[in-house]
Amino acid sequence: MNPITPIINGMAITLKHMFLKPVTLQYPTERPKVAARFRGLHALNVSHDKAKCVACYLCPTVCPAKCITVEAGEDANHDKFATVYEIDMLRCIFCGYCVEACPVDAVRMTGEFELANYKRQDFIYSKERLLEKK
Amino acid sequence: MGIEILGLPMMYYIAMVAKVLVAFVFVLLTVAYATYAERKIIGHMQVRLGPMRTGWHGLLQPIADGVKLFFKEEIIPSQASTFAFLIAPLIALIPAFITFAVIPFGGVIEVAGYKIPLQIAAYYDTTAGQVFDVNVGVLYILAMSSLGVYGIVLAGWASNSKYSLMGGLRASAQMISYELAAGLSIIAVFMLSGTLSLTKIVELQSGMGGFEWYLFKQPLAAFIFFICSLAEINRTPFDLPEAETELVSGFCTEYSSMKYAMFFMAEYANMVTVCALTVTLFLGGWNGPLTAAMPLLGPVYFIAKVYFLMFVCMWIRATLPRYRYDQLMHLGWKVFIPVALVNIVVTGIIGYFI
Repeated sequence: MNPITPIINGMAITLKHMFLKPVTLQYPTERPKVAARFRGLHALNVSHDKAKCVACYLCPTVCPAKCITVEAGEDANHDKFATVYEIDMLRCIFCGYCVEACPVDAVRMTGEFELANYKRQDFIYSKERLLEKK
Repeated sequence: MGIEILGLPMMYYIAMVAKVLVAFVFVLLTVAYATYAERKIIGHMQVRLGPMRTGWHGLLQPIADGVKLFFKEEIIPSQASTFAFLIAPLIALIPAFITFAVIPFGGVIEVAGYKIPLQIAAYYDTTAGQVFDVNVGVLYILAMSSLGVYGIVLAGWASNSKYSLMGGLRASAQMISYELAAGLSIIAVFMLSGTLSLTKIVELQSGMGGFEWYLFKQPLAAFIFFICSLAEINRTPFDLPEAETELVSGFCTEYSSMKYAMFFMAEYANMVTVCALTVTLFLGGWNGPLTAAMPLLGPVYFIAKVYFLMFVCMWIRATLPRYRYDQLMHLGWKVFIPVALVNIVVTGIIGYFI
């Protein structure tokens, strides 16, 4: 086969690409737009100033990574609520099964993806930290 | 003006030092910014941005790289042959720079009544009324460019590491094969010019508004010379001596800090030299419109042509993958050398009848 034409074609392609708009995202200054159904950090939904969670234990049961810890308590109205709701982000695989399993729509996933931290302890998100992300 | 040293006017020495300084600083800056240009151009060809953070659009990147390399730890392997290991980067770097002594980058300019030819190793003899330069300029360049391989071979051998040795051996084999074809291809140019002096060769290409360039008379020779020169200075797609994927950077595996930087400066300086030589031999050197009226336009045209060829080098690098070793040898020995020989014969036959 003629060895020259492929080289010329290749050169033409590279030259053409030089005038295309670069796809690079200048990350810390430009932020990516995450998709609507992106599965990032969890958030506990709030209703009437309280977490919706009723501590039914369906999310820790379905969780394949076993990263959710829930402890149930009873409030003044004899309603069940989660005294402890912790997610260990080092174990979480962001599968979203907890969101699917929740019968009261108490947990959702946000577009937050920058989850780096300095200490291992900081990766365990307590109920308060999960509530903050509204 | 009246003072004379060794029979030459004072102005001669001033002009010489000025030419050396200007050319050297300019080449150094070009080398530094060639690295930046290469990263930018290849970046954009791959639809990326290239360096963007240091300075406006990454313009300070070469300086940041230089400073970083300066402060890196200097490591000499305990099993290395220390003297050869230390001297190798210098042997690679110096021939790359001293070739600029004979490349004419402009016509004759006049400063305070004294005529200065814009070529480092040349002077204007007022009594004879003509420019004297190194009359075997091309031979000098060929000699210097083949000296450069010693630095690489020595680096590969002195590092006492298998990868480095492989890189060094590949470099020597590759350079020997491609030097032949490059040398043969410029013989066709000498057959037309009848001189080895680069100033004369540039003068011969000055007529007809650019159509006297040897590129048009010897297109095959120009093509072979440029490709073989790329192979000789180990640019992609012929960068087998440093082949990152198979030889872990080849001859410079064991090098660090400024010595490593020296190899890269040598590589880029060689690229500038090769482009400058191709411009001089085939693209009419500093010739261009209006150079007779404004001699200072000469260097501008020269630099523009050199930068264009450097862009072509980077363009080739962005396009082609590395050749396999047997393909490289096949291309050198079985394609370029026979074609260059045929080119000489055909030039001779045509030259005999015209």
